[in-house]
Amino acid sequence: MLGYAVRRLGLGVAIVTTAMAILFIMIFLVPGDPASVALGPRATPEMVEALRVRMGLDRPVWEQFWNFYASAVRGDLGTEALSGRPVADVVLEQLPYTLALIVSGISWAVALGIPLGALAAVQRGSLADRIVGVLSVAVIAVPSFVVAIYALLIFAVWLRWLPAIGAGEPGDFADQLTHLLLPSLAVGLGWVGYIARMVRASMLEALQASHIRTARAFGLPERLITYSYALRIAILPTLTLLGIGVGHMLSSAVFAEIVFARPGIGKLVYDAIIVRNYPVVTGAVLVTTVFFVMVNVAADILVGALDPRVRSELGR
Amino acid sequence: MNVLSVRDLTVEFRTPGGRLRALDRVSFEVGKGRILGVVGESGCGKSTLINAILGLLAENGEITSGTIRMSDGRDLTKLGDAELRAIRGQRISTVFQDPMGALNPVLSIGRQMRDIQYRLPLSRAEKDARSVEMLRKVRIPDPESRLVQYPHEFSGGMKQRIAIAMALMMEPELLIADEPTTALDATLEVATIELLKELQRDIGCAVLFISHHLGVIAELCDAVIVMYAGAVVERGEIGTIFHHPAHPYTERLLECDPGRLHERVGRLPTIPGEIPDLRQRPAGCIFAPRCHRAEPRCAEPPPDRSVGPGHVARCWLAGETAEARA
Ligand SMILES: Nc1ncnc2c1ncn2[C@@H]1O[C@H](COP(=O)(O)OP(=O)(O)OP(=O)(O)O)[C@@H](O)[C@H]1O
Ligand SMILES: [Mg+2]
Repeated sequence: MLGYAVRRLGLGVAIVTTAMAILFIMIFLVPGDPASVALGPRATPEMVEALRVRMGLDRPVWEQFWNFYASAVRGDLGTEALSGRPVADVVLEQLPYTLALIVSGISWAVALGIPLGALAAVQRGSLADRIVGVLSVAVIAVPSFVVAIYALLIFAVWLRWLPAIGAGEPGDFADQLTHLLLPSLAVGLGWVGYIARMVRASMLEALQASHIRTARAFGLPERLITYSYALRIAILPTLTLLGIGVGHMLSSAVFAEIVFARPGIGKLVYDAIIVRNYPVVTGAVLVTTVFFVMVNVAADILVGALDPRVRSELGR
Repeated sequence: MNVLSVRDLTVEFRTPGGRLRALDRVSFEVGKGRILGVVGESGCGKSTLINAILGLLAENGEITSGTIRMSDGRDLTKLGDAELRAIRGQRISTVFQDPMGALNPVLSIGRQMRDIQYRLPLSRAEKDARSVEMLRKVRIPDPESRLVQYPHEFSGGMKQRIAIAMALMMEPELLIADEPTTALDATLEVATIELLKELQRDIGCAVLFISHHLGVIAELCDAVIVMYAGAVVERGEIGTIFHHPAHPYTERLLECDPGRLHERVGRLPTIPGEIPDLRQRPAGCIFAPRCHRAEPRCAEPPPDRSVGPGHVARCWLAGETAEARA
């Protein structure tokens, strides 16, 4: 198991390294000189030149490339041109808000999607199955920003059940949680549908397996067969899907944070793009990439922990 | 006394092309401690028979007539889900054909063996001890340490032995084995058959043994039923059937390659023609189109003719054929 986990981690590091290279090339290809863009049109050539030197832009490309990696490994993502604050600080300050949003988005998807999918599979063809089927397609089809806007209108503006904007009082956990409810629903609702469909399909397949027939022939209780024998197998592909889902949720988080005026990485990137604050954009993208890869490595390791076949195939 | 007696069992499946009669008035019994073989070509209804007994027919399947009685006289076709579940794994156990897929891939062997004993009021350690003992009986080396392992860590032969251990752990009255050795190679097959026989003697259970191998049936079984297109065309003691078959189908099976019957390698020989479409059964004998002895009266439904003690054939010519051969 340990060997398997280490391999997955190694793969994760390789992916992050590649992603960083792509990111570097993309920054390099952006038209315009980052220094003059950062300083705006009224900067003197001397000021621009001074900033170029400070940002290392006067160096050869390969050296810039190397510096990009070396400082990223040290946790140095550069400094914001105007405020002079380290980009890493700015990004990490916002990260917890987005993390909370995504974790609760996943919680919706898991807490609703898995039981609904399992129910639909066990009662295949029933009214419940058809309702779950229609609803999952519906929630998958609706874009998350539409969910965000309607959730805001219905629950915050009309019904006034839940707060409309912000992230809640710092330190007041309950308040933060109520502020999280609507945005996380916006981020996670589509994934309730995805997960439900995925679990239903893999559950139907698992229930067809001959070991399920063996379990029935041994007279095992149907509940045990459904949850321990079939669902345990059926959730494995779902875990991998959830890892990918985090990537999608990161992009939905941008909308959710804007609509609900929440702090977070999405809002940060949005604001930074508007004022062309490229170091912050780069830093935020890098941090979310690392986060996304970490989540997927974790999902893989979890699948390995739950599936002995994967473990021994890839581990030893 | 009979552990199982099946009377006039008919099973039909609803299919898009109409009702498919997969079992047609099947009758036989399994005596206490006896081994009854079931032979027949693919698609003749062997698995359907097992599923009907276990109450595990597919959703589109239905028992339309007949009875399946246990030793206590209860008719399994009349029991509810809960009562059937109480019998399955407890009084009737099953070993299925596919040793690779028959065990759950993500649960340890120990866990699966513990689950089978869920009805016993024992502690986890006591259940594990019983599992170890059972694994030892099927000659799994070092069973204590293998309890924590998963199915993929065992060879095919071992997996099949574990499946046998599981099936016998609750000491059932009847063990059903659906081609338990077909997926194994010849040497393993011999070893598994011998093991099965030995355990059967130990436990004293009856066995319903399904196989394509006439040789294996001859080796292992006390009696045999021959199935064709959902019907038991002939049943009787093993010696009688092999030496004095009364049904032309059995005759053909044996004639095709009689010398190889004792070699164990002999697969079920092929007879010219195909099994008819079970959705459009002819009024008369279903084997008639392929039968080398067919006569005009075979267009009428053939009777189950008693040819000798415990020897029955569903054929117009049954008694006559036997007399002619005698
Ligand atoms: N669920 C089902 N729906 C419709 N027809 C079925 C169903 N199950 C079995 N049948 C049909 O019933 C007949 C008997 O099938 P069965 O699986 O019992 O044969 P078998 O003797 O076990 O064959 P094999 O040796 O290949 O395992 C076949 O014609 C098959 O097509
Ligand atoms: Mg079969």
